[in-house]
Amino acid sequence: MKLILKNGFVYDPLNGINGEKMDICIEDGKIVEDVKDAKVIDCSGKVVMPGGVEIHSHIAGGKVNVGRLMRPEDHIKNVMPKTRLTRAVNGYSTPSTFLTGYLYAKLGYTTAFTAAMPPLMARHTHEELHDIPMLDKGALTLMGNNWFVMRYLKRGDVELAAAFVAWLLKAAKGYAIKVVNPGGGEAWGWGRDVRSLDDPVPHFDITPREIISGLAKVNEMLSLPHSIHLHANNLGRVGNYVTTLETMEVPNGTKPARERQVVQLTHAQFHSYGGDSWRTFASEAESIAKAVNNNENVIIDIGQVVFGDTTTMTADGPMEYYLSSLTGLKWANKNIELETSPGVTPFVYSKRSPVSAVQWAVGLELALHIKDPFKVLLTTDHPNGAPFFKYPTIIAWLMSARYREETMKEVHGAAQKNTTLATIDREYDFYEIAVITRAGQAKSLGLAEKGHLGVGADADVAVYDLNPEEVDPSRDYKLIEEKFARTSYTIKGGEIVVKDGEIVKVVDGRTLYIDAKVDEGLERELMRDIDYYFKRFYSVNLANYPVQEVYLTNPTPVQIDASNVR
Amino acid sequence: MEITLITGRTVAQGEAMEKGKTGEDFKRACAVIELDPEDMSKLGAYDGDEVRVRTSEGEVVVVAKKSRDAPHPGVAFIPMGPWANVIVGGDTESTGMPPFKGIKAEITLAKGERVLSAEELIAQVYKLKE
Amino acid sequence: MHRYTDVICSFCGTLCDDIEVVVEDNRIVDVKHACRIGTAKFFASNDYEHRILKPMVRKNGKLVEASLDEAVERAAEILKSATKPLLYGWSSTSCEAHSVGIELAEELGGVIDNTTTVCHGPSALAIHDAGYISCTLGEVKNRADLIIYWGANPMHGHPRHLSRYSIFPRGYFRERGQQDRELIVIDVRKTDTAKIANKFIRVNYGEDYELISALRKVVNGGELHQESVAGVPREEIIALAEKMKNAQFGVLFFGMGLTQSYGRHRNIDNAICLVRDLNTHTKFVIMAMRGHYNVVGFNEVLSWQAGFPFAVDMGRGFAWYNPGETTANDVLQRGECDAALIIASDPVSHFPRKSIEHLAKIPIIAIDIHPTPTTQLADVVIPSAIVGIEVDGTAYRMDAVPLRLRKVKEPPEGVLSDVEILRRILAKVRGEQLAAKAEVAR
Repeated sequence: MKLILKNGFVYDPLNGINGEKMDICIEDGKIVEDVKDAKVIDCSGKVVMPGGVEIHSHIAGGKVNVGRLMRPEDHIKNVMPKTRLTRAVNGYSTPSTFLTGYLYAKLGYTTAFTAAMPPLMARHTHEELHDIPMLDKGALTLMGNNWFVMRYLKRGDVELAAAFVAWLLKAAKGYAIKVVNPGGGEAWGWGRDVRSLDDPVPHFDITPREIISGLAKVNEMLSLPHSIHLHANNLGRVGNYVTTLETMEVPNGTKPARERQVVQLTHAQFHSYGGDSWRTFASEAESIAKAVNNNENVIIDIGQVVFGDTTTMTADGPMEYYLSSLTGLKWANKNIELETSPGVTPFVYSKRSPVSAVQWAVGLELALHIKDPFKVLLTTDHPNGAPFFKYPTIIAWLMSARYREETMKEVHGAAQKNTTLATIDREYDFYEIAVITRAGQAKSLGLAEKGHLGVGADADVAVYDLNPEEVDPSRDYKLIEEKFARTSYTIKGGEIVVKDGEIVKVVDGRTLYIDAKVDEGLERELMRDIDYYFKRFYSVNLANYPVQEVYLTNPTPVQIDASNVR
Repeated sequence: MEITLITGRTVAQGEAMEKGKTGEDFKRACAVIELDPEDMSKLGAYDGDEVRVRTSEGEVVVVAKKSRDAPHPGVAFIPMGPWANVIVGGDTESTGMPPFKGIKAEITLAKGERVLSAEELIAQVYKLKE
Repeated sequence: MHRYTDVICSFCGTLCDDIEVVVEDNRIVDVKHACRIGTAKFFASNDYEHRILKPMVRKNGKLVEASLDEAVERAAEILKSATKPLLYGWSSTSCEAHSVGIELAEELGGVIDNTTTVCHGPSALAIHDAGYISCTLGEVKNRADLIIYWGANPMHGHPRHLSRYSIFPRGYFRERGQQDRELIVIDVRKTDTAKIANKFIRVNYGEDYELISALRKVVNGGELHQESVAGVPREEIIALAEKMKNAQFGVLFFGMGLTQSYGRHRNIDNAICLVRDLNTHTKFVIMAMRGHYNVVGFNEVLSWQAGFPFAVDMGRGFAWYNPGETTANDVLQRGECDAALIIASDPVSHFPRKSIEHLAKIPIIAIDIHPTPTTQLADVVIPSAIVGIEVDGTAYRMDAVPLRLRKVKEPPEGVLSDVEILRRILAKVRGEQLAAKAEVAR
């Protein structure tokens, strides 16, 4: 399909374009210099941005489905019958796969990465990703409690660890190294946790610090597109900001192999808490933001809270247990052999709760205190802070101090008292919003053809019905919220998939995964060891472990030559 | 004699099922009732005797077998299959699950009566659409 | 001759993936490592005498051979003219088939349900209430020192469960295998599993709930005033509770002895709560002993596509879930469905009489490997290939670990996979031309 998006206000931060009136030309799924005989879409008076890129969202796999299984009450919401084009759908905090695709497309998103894939369950994750239409996809792959990783790093064999990571990404069809509560996941195999960077992991004699720095090193040895993606220890605990600050320093000796950070500290909101009990629970967002501002190796994504009912889910099993024991609500747990231990429990962020109020403020504080928008990416850690389709509300809060003030009046006084949010008058502009919702994500993930509208980029575009010359986001925040929720057009791979907020075409995206090759001799050594371990300790045979490409929609391997790793 | 009836899986039933349900193996595996030895002597039945099992839903003739899992006086077991299920009750009590275990049943001697094959039983009970 | 290794057995939820199969001239001539049932299943695939080989359609009261096109056409007619068809079975076929089946149910506005409805449906209801505190089977193998089977008899239902995952294997932290573990069986009968246990506890029929409650009371520091509960003496209950609290890693496997007995989902709910209580003392998990090899797969696919694990009514154009109302047996007993598509299952053998009395009155399409009492009552019979022997496909183990089953031999001539058969019916129902290439894989 050939298209010209005519005369829109273009926000394309990676190419330094800030609201200029421009035409965007599309041919064969790519952005091109010029195009003839194309369908013209009049974008005058509208905002044009690259398609949104989701960097951290629990949209597919065992955990999400346990959430669905456990919470039928979640699936009597958002019910929509089948149409000529779309399937019957339902689900609020754990939308069905089809709905997940439709909702992202309506927000103008065209790419999404699911946040935590256990390799043993990877086939499940990919089966669900297969059934999510409208998006290009990928999966962050859990490694922070993997027995092979811990063993190789413990004995100082970084090369073998790198070879293993390369093998695992290919076997699981994963895209990046995800580390969740390093060491804590293994300790949870015994009902325990690790509470500091130097707590030894039971029976493995390695510390979280060693796991993080080791995997950061491995990541750069392999020169993977994304950095390590780190869910630090002590998530959600009072006073955890100390651990977070220390964690940021851990990979400081490691140099990035690509033009990006060394670590993405994920859902930082959940890691920026001060105080010494739930009574004195307070924000330490300012300290965390300051550390991020001063550390060129670290970026964060927010993990913003929006008030309401949701389902929390993470590979941080001990944390979910802790949370469910605070709320008394139902709790699901799933220890996964040699790899990780996810958990799921429902949660309600209440405006009347002092803790929820502070959590809400902390996320916004981080976004507003961190100076460089490329260092702070918009996520809700879907569905942990809120479902992803609440992004428009968060965008409106960031663009309008007045809206924040209005909300502050409705929530518990702790947000005023125990955070700095009320003192901040910074307001994001469209350009910065484009950074924190697409350009920054694409850069962090190393996706050269996404997150921008330069020639050669994927023709993934979002057009919003907002005229920057007429709208004052600070005042018209409700309009911002409304218009970011439904695009005028979403274009995916050069095809119009959403028009005026409705799905007009259903497409299957691509699935990206890493195919990194290390030295052959090293790989042979690795396979001998893996084979021995599988026979004894896994419950599946090695031959049945790797995910076949047949599970992926339009499988798209990212080739990496790491043969210098030997 | 009054008993509490339990139905469920056995390895022989599973094996026979995989070979097809029209065979003798399937009948041999499933058209049986495992009884507590004491209950058997009370009833006057020997291993291999035919017995009639009757519930509120209906009745079926199966072969009595001395249970290897005894003692469980008052409790009897029929492997899952058509013989068991023509006498299982229907009410799911709003759970979707019929009462496959814990059915009140009356058991009497039926020595020499023919045990129907699965096919015959189905044809007789549900009268084929012919 | 070809020797296949790492073959996955498509019989029960244990999904053993270490089977060796030797195939010669498209016949399986040797099977290694599989249990009695698994071995029987592999060999039975050779035995065309006990297979359905040709489609059949009922004419003048008799099932007669028909072409596949005719059978598909007739099936589509029956389904299209039905107001509320029931699409039932699914647990012994692949997730790829489930996917097409759900789309078909949506297209028809039918009710779709699988055998969960008569095995662990109550467990699903309990999970809705209490959550699910579980793990993968390798965790049990590597860590568990206390293994309890309650109302489950794996020696019969899941013959290799004990040797692959629970009591016998050596694990990372259980180097001596069985000697490092303890096996306790709780049941109403001294089953073959109970016979090899370190301890067998006989519970009165229908009183499991009481015994679980007594255990919870002791675990939570309460005192038992009764001499015995559910036929189990007080001392034994206290000793068991202490053993559970002091295990390093305990696991409670439960079967249909809990889900089908008096109390049903309440038994499971209480058992999950017991495990939750135990987690304040130590590490403890619980797992349902799922029967059919892919009963879990259906729950998974239906959950991610339609939001609910089983018993979904698509009659309103969207998924409506209300067990007790939308479950297969209730739909049948109320006489609500006016046609049925039964796939890879035999409800005529396994449903109670009241349900089948209605089923016998309505048109039935049966898709299966061998003749069963259900195909006997059917109006259209379509033979299918065996997943994991004759076609590839995905299945989920009882602990929801997904595996790709592989084909080791060709199906009988002209016999298609469930996926392909369903795709043809769906296309016919929609009045579409079938896409040229069969997408057996996703």
